[in-house]
Amino acid sequence: MIVRIMGEGQWQLADAHFAELNKLDDELLEEMEGGDEAGFRHTLHALLDSVRELGTPLPDDSLEPSELILPAPDASLDQVRAMLGDEGLIPG
Amino acid sequence: MSGVMKRMGMIFRAKANKALDRAEDPRETLDYSYQKQLELLQKVRRGVADVATSRKRLELQLNQLQQQSSKLEDQGRKALALGREDLAREALSRRAALQQQVTDLETQHATLQGEEEKLTLAAQRLQAKVDAFRTKKETIKATYTAAQAQTRIGEAFSGISEEMGDVGLAIQRAEDKTQQLQARAGAIDELLASGALDDPTGMAKDDIAAELDRLSGGTDVELELQRMKAELAGGSPQQAIEGGTGQGQTQQQPQDTPRFDKQ
Repeated sequence: MIVRIMGEGQWQLADAHFAELNKLDDELLEEMEGGDEAGFRHTLHALLDSVRELGTPLPDDSLEPSELILPAPDASLDQVRAMLGDEGLIPG
Repeated sequence: MSGVMKRMGMIFRAKANKALDRAEDPRETLDYSYQKQLELLQKVRRGVADVATSRKRLELQLNQLQQQSSKLEDQGRKALALGREDLAREALSRRAALQQQVTDLETQHATLQGEEEKLTLAAQRLQAKVDAFRTKKETIKATYTAAQAQTRIGEAFSGISEEMGDVGLAIQRAEDKTQQLQARAGAIDELLASGALDDPTGMAKDDIAAELDRLSGGTDVELELQRMKAELAGGSPQQAIEGGTGQGQTQQQPQDTPRFDKQ
C-alpha cells in the first residue's frame, strides 16, 4: 500500500505493517478528537517515523495514487481537524 | 481502518474526483496543479534565501565579536606586561562575556545552517517532483487527447453500427412483412378456393357458381350420351336434340314424321 506524508513524499508499505500503524492511527484520531495537542504531536511523529522506517520511499518521479495520506509532521491539531472537517482538504 | 490516515485518504480521493468531475478539461486541472507546484517551489526557494541571509548576518556578528574578543585578549596581555593586573582582569572578564555571546551565536548559526540544508534539500526534491510532474502532466495530456480522439472514433463507430443496426432491423421488418404477406396470400388462396371470399378478379367462383357448373357439366354429359345413342340408332343427334333445327345435317327428315320424341 502506498502512503503519502504530506509535504514529504510517498512510501510503499507491506500490508503486514498495518496492524502496528493502525494502532497509532486510531490513537491519533482519539487524541485529535479529545483535543490532546501534546499527545497528538507525539503520536503523529511516532506514526510518521514508523512509515519512514517500515516503508520504502518511492522515487520522486513516480506519481502513484496514495491509498492513505498522513498530515505533514508540523501540522497542528487544529489544521488536521480542519482537514477532516466537513469541508475536507480542498474547500468546495 | 478508521483513523486519520483512512479518512484523509478518502477525503482526498472524494475531493479529487469531485474536482475532476467538475473540471471541463482535466488538462486544465493538470496545468493549474503544475502552476500551484511552481508557486510552492518559489516559496520554498524564498525560504531558503531568507534563512541563508540570516545565517550570513550571524556570521558577520560572530566575526565582529571574535575580533573584539581578540582585541580584549591583547589588551589584557599588554596590561599584564605593564604590571596592571586590575586592567588585565577587567579586559579578560569582558572577553569572557563576549565569549558567551559567541557561543550562543554559534549555536544559532549551527541551527540555521541545519535548517538551510534541510530547506535546500526540500527545494531540490520539490524541484525534482515538479519536473517529474511536468513530464507526467504532458504525458497525461497527450494520452487524454489521444483517448478523446479514440472516444470520438469509438462513438462514430458505434453510431455507424447503430445505423447498420437500423438497416438490419429494416431488412428484418421487410422480411417479416414479406413472410406475413406470403402467409396471408396463401390463406387468401385457400379462402378463395373454398369460396369463403369473393375473388375481385373473377378468377375464382363461389359455391353457387361451382354447383351450377357442376350441374351444367352433368347436363352436357347427359346430352352427349343422348347424342351417342342417337348415332347408334342411325338418327341425327342434332336434329333429335334441337328439334330438327340444326345445320349441316346430311339427311333431311320430313317435319311431320319425327323419328323419336325430343326429350
